[in-house]
Amino acid sequence: MKHVLAVLVEDKPGVLVRVAGLFARRGFNIESLAVGRTQDPGISRMTIEVEADERTLEQVEKQLHKLINVLKISNLTVEPSVHRELLLIKVKATAATRAEIQHIVETFRAKVVDVALNSLIIEVTGNEEKLQAIQLLLAPYGILEVVRTGKIALLRGAKTTKNGEEQKNGKNVL
Amino acid sequence: MKMTGAEMIVAALQAEEVDVIFGYPGGKVLNLYDAFYDSSIQHYLSRHEQGAIHAADGYARVTGKAGVVFTTSGPGATNLVTGLANAYMDSVPLVVFTGQVATTLIGTDAFQEADIFGITQPVTKHNYLVTDVNELPRIIKEAFYLAKTGRPGPVLIDLPTDVQVAAGEFKYPSTVNIPGYNPTLDGHPVQINRAAQAIAQAEKPVIYAGGGVVISGAQQLLLELAEKANIPVTTTLMGLGGFPGTHPLSLGMLGMHGTYYANMAVHESDLIIAVGARFDDRVTGKLSHFARTAKIIHIDIDPAEIGKNVSVDIPIVGDVTRVLTSLVQKVKGKTHEAWLEKIAQWRRQAPLTYVQAEDAEVLPQYVIESIYQVTEGEALIATEVGQHQMWAAQYYLFKKPRAFISSGGLGTMGYGFPASLGVQIGAPGQTVFCIAGDGSFQMNLQELATAVAYQLPVKVAIINNHYLGMVRQWQEMFYGGRYASVDLQQSPDFVKLAEAFGAVGLRVQKPREVVPAIEKALATPGPVVIDFHVRAEENVFPMVPPNSGISEMVRGNEA
Repeated sequence: MKHVLAVLVEDKPGVLVRVAGLFARRGFNIESLAVGRTQDPGISRMTIEVEADERTLEQVEKQLHKLINVLKISNLTVEPSVHRELLLIKVKATAATRAEIQHIVETFRAKVVDVALNSLIIEVTGNEEKLQAIQLLLAPYGILEVVRTGKIALLRGAKTTKNGEEQKNGKNVL
Repeated sequence: MKMTGAEMIVAALQAEEVDVIFGYPGGKVLNLYDAFYDSSIQHYLSRHEQGAIHAADGYARVTGKAGVVFTTSGPGATNLVTGLANAYMDSVPLVVFTGQVATTLIGTDAFQEADIFGITQPVTKHNYLVTDVNELPRIIKEAFYLAKTGRPGPVLIDLPTDVQVAAGEFKYPSTVNIPGYNPTLDGHPVQINRAAQAIAQAEKPVIYAGGGVVISGAQQLLLELAEKANIPVTTTLMGLGGFPGTHPLSLGMLGMHGTYYANMAVHESDLIIAVGARFDDRVTGKLSHFARTAKIIHIDIDPAEIGKNVSVDIPIVGDVTRVLTSLVQKVKGKTHEAWLEKIAQWRRQAPLTYVQAEDAEVLPQYVIESIYQVTEGEALIATEVGQHQMWAAQYYLFKKPRAFISSGGLGTMGYGFPASLGVQIGAPGQTVFCIAGDGSFQMNLQELATAVAYQLPVKVAIINNHYLGMVRQWQEMFYGGRYASVDLQQSPDFVKLAEAFGAVGLRVQKPREVVPAIEKALATPGPVVIDFHVRAEENVFPMVPPNSGISEMVRGNEA
């Protein structure tokens, strides 16, 4: 099963390598990884999508906790949360097909962000299914290039994944 | 106070009460070594960086303090990698300082540049590349704290030359603030109660004690727990000495070369109390066959060890000493007569034994047992890795913790001899033996020069079977006797070798020479190498073959 983990880390040199290296050497599979700064200076947030059974997931979380620069880990799969990814697609477009493509773009509430003589770049955000669907519909026109950011996610409601709300390792195993 | 980076390191090590350093200088630590030239901290110069780090590791294991290592950049630093991995696997506290090219040169493939920060991430508890001298006091404070607390381990600090010469304000912090590091020390009371209940209900309990007991200094509490409820105790290789090997409740070591009775007890147990152990594959054998009828209580300071290899019924995260302190109070007295009798039967059925005929070849087991007898079980024993290591674990009964110094997790040949030097430095005046194989000893024998230079009176017992014995044993048992690349007939004359280094060398070829040689070595000041020529194709038994359950032992000669 796929799990989405929100991992708060200290923004220190080498932290991305530590996390990525841990996944590699312990044989955990990363489906996607997105990193960026948070509202707190010095703290970055990694959103890691991982394919794992329950036992492996427990190891992933425990091993991540052992990294000194990791502050907090939340599994956003088990709680209601909003998951999004941004996709840019460069697709072939001629005078004849441009209108049809435009129609697909509108249906998906996507945006055309670059128009050239023979191509368009389309920006679309959404969950996995939506991104797959628009890519499928655009395929017949000729996809030239695709780039994705990796998934990011937030808990629904006022609850947050904030550092310092609970002790990292202090949470005992019951 | 204004200081250079190098001076800060001297001051910080003094604040940490470090009195010995193991190291090897070079181009990128000249400033560091210069700053230490007038310091009262004793520096031990090894003959190879790997020797330095293994010695620091041996020192740390015997004293419980952090071992400190200095080396230069590039090859000096990469030569530490095995030593770091070794210390990481066995949870040994080390603080390692490596020189690095100047920050302005990093990334340019400069002379003797290696990305040691990147290389050592998987084999350290944490590591640092210092780029600002003002961060140095905090980093050193954190490094010692991380190395020694929680589950201990090695921490590396990489020091570019310009950071060593730059000046900054030195104020050594008295506390640390590491938000992402907060080990759980006290066990959860609900879990401890559940554990006490399970112990009260168990009819066939076994304590399985690991290195965590030794590291935490919990030997007295473990003894109390075992005696209070009459629970037999088996230890891992790392746990030897955590429970007295001479105690009636001691089953010796379990696992691949564990005793028949320890493995049978675990196999038929209804409750396993794992204390500071990690269910390593050398302990469990085939996992699907491991202790199928037992409930498992697992006490460990590292939450990631719990549930990693086996499913646990009662997990308790915490420091072994603290957890056992609470648990012992809650456990009630029991006798377990039937269970202990069953174990006694197994013990009678298949004791650890060998027969040394007077006019036959020397048996390795006899050498180990003779060292045990002559030293009255009081020596500190460092071992290399292989058959001799297993015989040492089987036939030397350790009464106290921190007396058996051996590479458990990584299984590093070349560890034992340099480690024994660190052990002797950490325990001056005590008898230190290094039990080595003829293969392992040759991996770091250059440290004989270090032993002689500092007149460290370590006695090296080479169990010389002219083979890479453990590999040969596997080839004999599982590869149809095809002895691929294990013949060590072409070894140096170890007696002459010792003499060439300025040490004393002795050779033993007959059983009656064994005890006199050990006595002579002990009576000789300074380092002594004894070359025991032993039966070449002797095997270590019992043995749990690979991919077998631990009850499926090959009992060999004594079966």
